[in-house]
Amino acid sequence: MSAVDATLLERHGLTTDEYDRIVRSLGREPTLTELGIFSVMWSEHCSYKSSRRHLKKLPTEGPRVLQGPGENAGAVDIGDGLAAVFKIESHNHPSFIEPYQGAATGVGGIIRDIFTMGARPIALMNSLRFGEMDGPDGPRTRRIVEGVVAGIAGYGNSIGIPTVGGEIVFDDRYAGNPLVNVFCLGISRADALVKGRASGIGNPVYYVGSKTGRDGIHGATMASAEFDDKSAEKRPAVQVGDPFMEKLLLEACLELMKTDALIGVQDMGAAGLTCSTCEMGSRGGAGIEIDVMHVPQRETGMTPYEIMLSESQERMLLVVKKGREAEVERIFEKWDLHAAHIGEVTNDGLMRVKDRGTVVAEIPNTALVDAAPVYDRPTTRPGYLDDVQQLDLSTLAPVGASDALLSLLGSPTIASKRWVFRQYDHMVRTNTIVLAGMGAGVVRVKGSSRALAMSVDGNGRYCYLDPRRGAMLAVAEASRNVACSGAIPIGATNCLNFGNPERPEIMWQLVEAVEGIAEACRALNVPITGGNVSLYNETNGEAIYPTPILGVVGVLEDASKVLARAFRGEGDEIVLLGEGLGELGGSEYLKVLHRLVRGRPPELDLDRERRLIDLLARAASAGILRSAHDCSDGGIAVTLAECAFDTSGIGFTADVPALNDADSTNRPIDDIRALFGESASRAVVSVRPSERAGLMELANAAGVPAKLIGTTGGSRLVLGAGGRTVIDVPVAAAEGVWSSAISRHFKGRAA
Amino acid sequence: MKFSIVVFPGSNCDHDAYHAAKHVLGQEAEFIWHKETTLKGADVVVLPGGFSHGDYLRTGAIARFSPIMAAVSQFAAAGGPVLGICNGFQILCEAGLLPGAMLRNRDLKFHCEHVGVRVDETDTPFTSLATKGQVLRIPIAHGEGNYFADADEIADLESSRRVIFRYCDSDGQTTDDANPNGSVNNIAGICNVGRNVVGLMPHPERACEPVLGSADGLVLFESVLSQVAAHGGVRTTAS
Repeated sequence: MSAVDATLLERHGLTTDEYDRIVRSLGREPTLTELGIFSVMWSEHCSYKSSRRHLKKLPTEGPRVLQGPGENAGAVDIGDGLAAVFKIESHNHPSFIEPYQGAATGVGGIIRDIFTMGARPIALMNSLRFGEMDGPDGPRTRRIVEGVVAGIAGYGNSIGIPTVGGEIVFDDRYAGNPLVNVFCLGISRADALVKGRASGIGNPVYYVGSKTGRDGIHGATMASAEFDDKSAEKRPAVQVGDPFMEKLLLEACLELMKTDALIGVQDMGAAGLTCSTCEMGSRGGAGIEIDVMHVPQRETGMTPYEIMLSESQERMLLVVKKGREAEVERIFEKWDLHAAHIGEVTNDGLMRVKDRGTVVAEIPNTALVDAAPVYDRPTTRPGYLDDVQQLDLSTLAPVGASDALLSLLGSPTIASKRWVFRQYDHMVRTNTIVLAGMGAGVVRVKGSSRALAMSVDGNGRYCYLDPRRGAMLAVAEASRNVACSGAIPIGATNCLNFGNPERPEIMWQLVEAVEGIAEACRALNVPITGGNVSLYNETNGEAIYPTPILGVVGVLEDASKVLARAFRGEGDEIVLLGEGLGELGGSEYLKVLHRLVRGRPPELDLDRERRLIDLLARAASAGILRSAHDCSDGGIAVTLAECAFDTSGIGFTADVPALNDADSTNRPIDDIRALFGESASRAVVSVRPSERAGLMELANAAGVPAKLIGTTGGSRLVLGAGGRTVIDVPVAAAEGVWSSAISRHFKGRAA
Repeated sequence: MKFSIVVFPGSNCDHDAYHAAKHVLGQEAEFIWHKETTLKGADVVVLPGGFSHGDYLRTGAIARFSPIMAAVSQFAAAGGPVLGICNGFQILCEAGLLPGAMLRNRDLKFHCEHVGVRVDETDTPFTSLATKGQVLRIPIAHGEGNYFADADEIADLESSRRVIFRYCDSDGQTTDDANPNGSVNNIAGICNVGRNVVGLMPHPERACEPVLGSADGLVLFESVLSQVAAHGGVRTTAS
């Protein structure tokens, strides 16, 4: 290690073992530019070195899967010769350091992944985690919330892709490490998917989009390290987004893809020009030679090292057919973009970087991509589990059911997200047939009778208490949400947000969660077509809850049969599908009313879940349901209340089965369990009285318990357990609490 | 009847206007790239919503210099019906085809939601089939829709009955609560002196089918269809 010392390696996030591996694969010591290239490609963010061997356990195949993991995004067949192309990705670390730009560029990155596949992006969603808006971290959290929401809005609204929904959870465990996971879905012809590969010796390599600056250098390395109090100093590693440039790239690339002049394309995301060059070469079994002097540069005096590692946004790398250059350049010129010819495809399998003709890096693509280190990191079951899985309900102070309901409705995690959703243009492109906040995101597919439903879900608290079951519940909830819109779930993508994998307890959480996702996805027939892993989500040594987020996509054969959560009229009958077991472990109730995060998350019987999902889709397509809403956070009481909200005040009278044994006296906690327990595999639907028998018949045939529990109407939420009324509040009062719980935190701030 | 929909590089509601004209109303529709110089036989010109050139400087400030705008001005001067929706309205203001300007929403936030819009005047090609005082439920989606003009201009607009649409509650009351962005006098849309150029911030093209939550926006398109059918198009050779 002559020129390379320990400090230099540390600055590049490389271990000495990894450095030795680099020397072995090159047969010599690397140049500084090469060292930089290895450091970003072998970062956790790009190489998945800690998670790769476990990700192989995920089911990735199925009759509808057109593209599994390994390309820029996955794709599933949705009929009519069309494909849905989708993926979820995290932008957690940048969003903490610079909330607006961090979130905005996260949106930009996932959109590029989708149109790179040849698909027109038609919907965005997001899954966000923040600290609590009250308390000591409140002011900082509110600033992050405002910035992240504005950043997502600023990018998505400008480029004109609707943000059709998502989920937001507030918990102290995310105060120093918020999560920003963004999901994008696009539509393509099934036979016209574009791959990110380079081939054809001598074919020209083009660079299109924004000029390269010094922003974002080592962003991928930053995303692969923990945070501490000095993280604000890393702000220069966060990039600045330009949604207008991306709009031009999007339209120009889609126009180019209609010709047959294109061989392959990849966006320059994490690790920028480096990653796109060697991955395209590696996938195509070819080499790529570029000269950085041809790369458009925003600043003067940039070194090859800086150019190769820059993460400037809105840039694409394309390989086109030799002889078609003029045609390609003409398309980009129409959109006022300059396509720079920076190199050629070669047959030597090398990534060769020149600077004014002098070779500054020459690395086998396989060394960067396939020969990247893969770690089998040690795992240990965390010691905290035995304690936190214990839950003694008899020690809880008694709480009245009405008070509990109002407290839960006022909890920001459960409360209306309208303050957020209305900052997102969720209607542009006129496909959105379930408005944001009314259920799963649902967009119609113009030119067909179909619609696509999508939902992103995860419960970090459940995963903290039992990562395997918590992860399975995330798959189940996202699938169930999609089914509640009337759609059949057909594919999934995941974003795995965890702490430092070098700690065996964290690694154990990751492995358990991946295995749980695998099992649930198999049982529910939702193969994983791609995703993203975000590790090192820790600040000052404290990890976030293990938070796998699942994005599930479903197809609704007849868009006109789409369902949302809200009751549609008075006098409809309310039916509970599934059974409540009174499970309070890990519940929102325990957290909000008792400040407790304890117990085991609810049991999940995957066969039962699958039957419920099938039933919902079947009943919806038969046209007998008026509304459907999944039972999750806050239990059936919150679910029913949400069915009554956004209806112009349609209340209900309902009664859920009591949980006390027949011969024992009822205890107040049993009512609480019945109303706020979060048992899985349940949904609340409403039907016209004339349709109830038909629904019961379908439920019976499907083997799903179904019970008439009430009727819609009146202006109050009247809810009983076992025949005794325990909640009776005006809809308006409850809805007032629910609808103002988030917006009240931002009053008086530029009103 | 032919709708010509002008496409600026950052337009993003162009497809929505096209869909409404072509697939909902069954009319001829064509995209006109902003670098072109003719409107290709338009009966109606639509400047759609979006972020014409990114709008980092000021909404519509660059779009007014696009080559197509000369043809749009000429078409408007000849009495042809021109509809500017959202960013299209902003561009019409920048181009001087309509008075006033748009400030940032008073809460500095983007708003996307259905709002009440009252039709105040029906003697424009885009409101002829509406009734005076009719309340439409139409979405808005903008961050800079806070209509502003100086007091003289506002007085002129009001006295010449050129305020066509106002934000209102479900009863048609133009309350401050019903004003989503702080626009002077709850102004949501106006017309030029000739009454053939109409600009509005709400998106009628997003409210043309019940499956989208409202079909109240159809009346604007149906009005212009009936007007052009009754009076013939403008089809100047130059346009």
